[in-house]
Amino acid sequence: MNRAALPLVLGGLLLVLFPLCLLAGQVWINPFDPAGANATVILAQLRLPRAVLAVIVGAGLGAAGAAMQGYLRNPLADPGLFGVAPLAALGAVLSLFTGFAVQPFALPAMALAGAAGGMVLLALIASGPRTGLAGGVALFTLAGMMLSSLAGALTSLAISLAPNPFALTEIVTWLMGALTDRSWHDVALAAPLTALGLVLLWRAGPALDALTLGELAARSMGLDPVALRGLMVVGVGLVVGAGVSAAGVIGFVGLMVPHIVRPFTDRRPSSLLLPSALAGALLLLLADSLCRCLPLAGGELRLGIALSLLGAPFFLHLLLRLRRGLA
Amino acid sequence: MDLVADAVTMVGRLRDVRVGLSPGRLTAICGPNGAGKSTLLSALAGLEEPDGGHVSLGQHRLAELTARERAIAIGYLPQAGEVAWNVTVETLVRLGRLPHRTPMRIDAAATMAALQALDLTGLAGREVGTLSGGERARALLARVLAGQPRWILADEPLAALDLAHQQALLAHFRRLAGQGVGVVVVLHDLALAMNHADHVIVLDRGTVAANGAPHLALAEGVLAGVWGVKARWVGDGRSRALAIG
Repeated sequence: MNRAALPLVLGGLLLVLFPLCLLAGQVWINPFDPAGANATVILAQLRLPRAVLAVIVGAGLGAAGAAMQGYLRNPLADPGLFGVAPLAALGAVLSLFTGFAVQPFALPAMALAGAAGGMVLLALIASGPRTGLAGGVALFTLAGMMLSSLAGALTSLAISLAPNPFALTEIVTWLMGALTDRSWHDVALAAPLTALGLVLLWRAGPALDALTLGELAARSMGLDPVALRGLMVVGVGLVVGAGVSAAGVIGFVGLMVPHIVRPFTDRRPSSLLLPSALAGALLLLLADSLCRCLPLAGGELRLGIALSLLGAPFFLHLLLRLRRGLA
Repeated sequence: MDLVADAVTMVGRLRDVRVGLSPGRLTAICGPNGAGKSTLLSALAGLEEPDGGHVSLGQHRLAELTARERAIAIGYLPQAGEVAWNVTVETLVRLGRLPHRTPMRIDAAATMAALQALDLTGLAGREVGTLSGGERARALLARVLAGQPRWILADEPLAALDLAHQQALLAHFRRLAGQGVGVVVVLHDLALAMNHADHVIVLDRGTVAANGAPHLALAEGVLAGVWGVKARWVGDGRSRALAIG
């Protein structure tokens, strides 16, 4: 495939599949006979905001994963695995726990703060001395996962201390990650934040390319590490924070998507950003539609769970490939 | 445009280092482990701010240049030679154009010229992970060349190479110096420095122990004083060897 064509192909697929996905669900809609007043309501009030949100969150997570992998020079990096999304979730859970979430912007604000905080911690760990690529990757992956489990433990603590059953249910359902029953209100909140974050990550592209050669060489090519860290912290913080506050924790998108598209690019981090955003949007759109269609007793399969079921084996597969030096 | 270190001091690593380097010459920085060779090189490249003194390029102090001006003037080849992603040789070399922000056509021409200069045109489409050590070293140097810097500073570029590849890479460095580029390399192999450098700086525990033409800076007395090794030079011209003991 021609490398320049990849974004066009992915964009085209998205344009074709987006309307098709709107038709799928527990009620299948016949596009040639959209009779019944229900179809309009289902489309406009339920499926359209949900699909738009899937595209926004997926694009954000895909691009954030690609940018984090470039920044950390680590093919295993992912906002979910490395603690950024779990810390965003912790922020959001704390807002539910304390009841601040009643204020309209408290939950997203605390999710953003959590995500940015997680990225700051990662950047600080990453700025230490690195000995050898392999050692660096292993050490850093472990550090990211520890951050992740710490955030998870603190979240569990918040759940176990939940002040009332109502807050408890709210926290647990929200944590599982899903796009069910989202409204245009959620879209209006997530869209601008994600867009701004994506612009910042896009601007980090050339610096991420320079980092391919290691930090010293990158600095000799004019990279400003402090400015790049700022772009990454704010960019990933906005994108992941917005995604988490809209849909809860949806892991592994940022891990899988860059890996799938990387062979079709020239492998520079910057050339990965746009395809990863498009492919992330596609992945979440399709996965969410499948979740909606799967008949499951007691509701539908939750998107976050579905992606973890897909992503964890993928991660293991990657680890085994890394061991053979192929990633 | 001379590259001058004026009384450069880095606490615990370099003390009052004064050296002047001229373009068009191959300068070798030698010294025992821990003498501060890499520190001096990164100070000359403007990657570390000295605690005392300063480095200047022509009339300007490095600290006064913007990061981009400095990046265009001085190419730096780090010791580790890390390449995080399995990019092709051409993509790798083109990364050297990043500071310039020139149109794609100019970038492509400079990339092609750098590939040709290091006999890499046949390998342009190969992935870095499939290269041999010598090919990889050449590709990394080509990345620096693609930026068309006036100075090339390389930290132990020959360390992992066999004899033939060492000679080949040194020939490339010599040719660059012949074209008027200032070339500074950290070398561990004193015989290579003796035979190929125009100018040798010997560092010892953070200070300049000797500075001048190779046969003066690497005289047997210096070797005894700095390395504590009783050694003598055998052979003559540009094919001398060090006999130890």
